[in-house]
This record gives sequence, structure tokens and C-alpha cells, in this order.
Amino acid sequence: MDMSAYPLELPENDRPMVRFMNVTKSYGSLTVLDRLNLDVRRGEMVSVIGPSGSGKTTVLRMLMTLETISDGVIYVDGKPLTHMERGGVLVPADERHLRRMRASIGMCFQHFNLFPHMTALRNCMEGPVQVLGLSEREARTRSEELLAMVGMIDKKDQHPSRLSGGQQQRVAIARALAMRPRIMLFDEVTSALDPEVIGEVTNVIRKLVAEHDLTMLMVTHQMGFARDISDRICFFYKGQIEEQGPPEAFFTSPQRERTQQFLRAVKDAD
Amino acid sequence: MSIWDFLETYGARLANGTLVTCAQFLFASMVAIVAALLAGLGRMSGNWFIRSFSIIYIEIFRGTSLLVQLYWIFYVLPLFGVSLPKFIAGFLSVGLNVGAYGAEIVRGAIRAVPRGQWEAAYALSMSPARRMRRIILPQAFVLMLPPWGNLLIELLKGTALVALIAVADLMFVAKQINGATFLSAQAFGVALVVYFVLARFLITPFMRWLERTMSRRLGRI
Repeated sequence: MDMSAYPLELPENDRPMVRFMNVTKSYGSLTVLDRLNLDVRRGEMVSVIGPSGSGKTTVLRMLMTLETISDGVIYVDGKPLTHMERGGVLVPADERHLRRMRASIGMCFQHFNLFPHMTALRNCMEGPVQVLGLSEREARTRSEELLAMVGMIDKKDQHPSRLSGGQQQRVAIARALAMRPRIMLFDEVTSALDPEVIGEVTNVIRKLVAEHDLTMLMVTHQMGFARDISDRICFFYKGQIEEQGPPEAFFTSPQRERTQQFLRAVKDAD
Repeated sequence: MSIWDFLETYGARLANGTLVTCAQFLFASMVAIVAALLAGLGRMSGNWFIRSFSIIYIEIFRGTSLLVQLYWIFYVLPLFGVSLPKFIAGFLSVGLNVGAYGAEIVRGAIRAVPRGQWEAAYALSMSPARRMRRIILPQAFVLMLPPWGNLLIELLKGTALVALIAVADLMFVAKQINGATFLSAQAFGVALVVYFVLARFLITPFMRWLERTMSRRLGRI
């Protein structure tokens, strides 16, 4: 692919927190993301919705660099995430560059993925101690504050197997925040939860939106929740953004046929 | 000669042999575990050379007879200038042989750790080495304990072959006594019982205990 069309760095006056520039992801002949262009402003909360297979989870996974990029460049705070500069051109990033860049990005997963051999507290301390090089004491203080914030401080010495799904997900959020990311990614974080505990997780996310200036991207099936807390809704269809806009306008007067169909189908299911 | 008279006469020598067998078992286990870990991880390495080296080790030691390996290490290596004392040649052969099987257990257990664990560690910016050491191996370790229990019993029985290069283990002593007295039933009978007791009442309970302890540390109980 021709990389000369992509700047080595975005100009000072045009630096969104995240920029997807012509990002394509394909597995063989299957194209999951098709020349996606998407900017996310500093502190913005963007909800990504769409039918399954529309590429919405792939957007998050690419930003976490869990997936390689087939074409295009992703910039984080103006700097290339998926690529690095070598002799004046962008080349695919190596492991070290990826590790440095993704330190500013935190992610929560559908199935929590807590480390089963560690207590809730240790789960939160692991990254700060092992990766950021914090002392045990500093990491403990930071982790306990965050566990208190998500309402899990009284369970800090429990292993994940002793915790409910909602509790595990709250610990997972604290674990991601302990790395002090500037961008948080929520990948269907309530999809694996029993209905009665969804609220405890969404309340934590509400709190983050209200009290922190994190930039957030959230893939969700909960339309009401997305409408409440998002600055913008992006509706994905077949690997592209079919429609996007502020939640009120998006949900009350969707413009595109596909969007209307999708929202109707979701409503009927409720 | 009654079994009691037999034990009174030869008990001390058999006990010495048993101690040698135990020592062979312990050292061979250590060799096997280290070799299995290195070769198991090596097989999954991104480095072409390390991966090939691991595969060659695993295939050669799994694919040929332990007895031939033992003779090679003890009788043939000296022709290339590497002479090992028989005690070391003994546990080294047994350990390397069993380690080749163990490498596949290590690899299987690592692959059995859910993908989400890799991804969560990755999302915390952990380096590949840290991910392996802090997150994946501790979980893989629990998964590999049951098959390792099996393999260590195989290893114990495998140590009987070191008698063939004159390491004075239990089997060697039993053969000597048999040769001198023709009390085959007693000599090999005692050896049989001792091997069984070591396997059934030492190795198995120890591995069960380890499984329970590790499961508890994973918070599974």
C-alpha cells in the first residue's frame, strides 16, 4: 500500500484524540472494515452500534491493536498508532512501538477476562507494578481508590471466581483505569451479564463520563444507555459508518433506511 | 529362605538401591521439567532457530528408544570427547526422554489458556515475556499437573533402565542379588513392591496435593 499519502504526524491544529484514516480490515476475501474514516474528539463519548458482523467490535480491537491493520493508518493524539516513522515514511509498527502507544488505551471486554489466579486487588495492581514500574505501595493505593470508585473495595481480596459477572466487570474497569489511560474502550461490557446486574456496570460508566475527561468508545446493544450518555452515536453497517450524529437526533429522526430498519428491529425485540 | 530372612539379609542393600532410585528420580524429574518447559516454549517461539531446535529435540527423544539414548549418552558420547559419570548419564537420559513428552504437555496447556487472558494482558501493555510469565504460565501450570502426574510415574519406572549402565539403583541391586542367590521371586518381588509404593503412595498423593493447592490459589475451590 502507498503510505506517502499519510502524514507522519497530524498538524497541531487538527489533532483529534483518535483518527481512523481509510482504515481497512480484511480476512482473506472478507472485508470487515472498509476504508473507515472516524475522528473522536478529546473527552468525547462515542457509542458504536450496529447489527452483528457490521465491524463495530473490530473498530475497538483495531484501536487496541489486537488486530493488525490491512490498510490505512490510525492516529492517537496525532501520532500514528499502527505505524511508525522510518526514514521519512510510515512503516508497520513493531512490538515496542505498539506497547508504548497502547499504554494510553484501556479496554474492557465482554467476558471481563480477569486473571483468575489473582485477587481483585492484584488484578488492578498487576499492570501498574509490572508495566508502569510503580512500587507495590503506590500501586496498592491507586488500585484501592479505583476499587472504591467502582464499589468493589470490600471484595478486593476475593478471586474472580468468587465474584458475580457484574462485580467482575467492575473490577475489570478498575483494572483498566489503574493504567491511567486517556482512551477507554468498552466492548459489549454488559452483553454477558444477567439483566439485574447490568445497572451496576452502567452506573460506573455513567460516573466515568460525568467525572473524568476520558475519551471513550463503547460498543453496545443497550440503546437507552447509549442515548443517555453518548455525545455521538455511530451506526455501522457492512464495515462502514452508515449514519452518525448526536443521540437525540439519531434516535428521533434517523435519516437512512438501514438505520431506521435497525432501530425498529431493536425496538421490537424489547 | 523366608521373605523375612531375605529382607534381614539383603534389606540394607535394597534400601541403598532404593535411595539411588529416588535420587535418580528427583534429578531426572528436574531435567525433564526444565527440558519440557524450554522445548515447549521453544516450539511456540517466533524465532525460527529456537523453534527448529525444539522440534528436533522433541522428535528425536520421543521417536527413539530410551535404552538406546541411555547407551548413546553413556557409551557413544565419550567417543566425541564428552564423558559423563554413569550416575549423571543415567538421570540425564531419563530426564531428556521424558522431557520430550513433557514439552507437548507444556505446549498444550499454554494453548489451552483462554485467548481472552492473552488479550487482557496485551491490553495492559505487558511485554510478551511478562504476559507469559505472569499471566499465562501460572494458569497453564494448573492445567498441566494431571498429565505431569502420569508422566512422572513413567519417569520413575524409566529410571530402572539405568541399572543397565551399572548405576547401583534398586533394579541393579535386585539383579545382583538374583544373580548371586537365584532368589528371583524375593529379589524382583521386593523391587516390584517398592516401585509400586513409590508411585502410588508418594508421587500420586504429592501430585494430588499440588493440584489442590494450585486450584485453591486460582480460587477454584
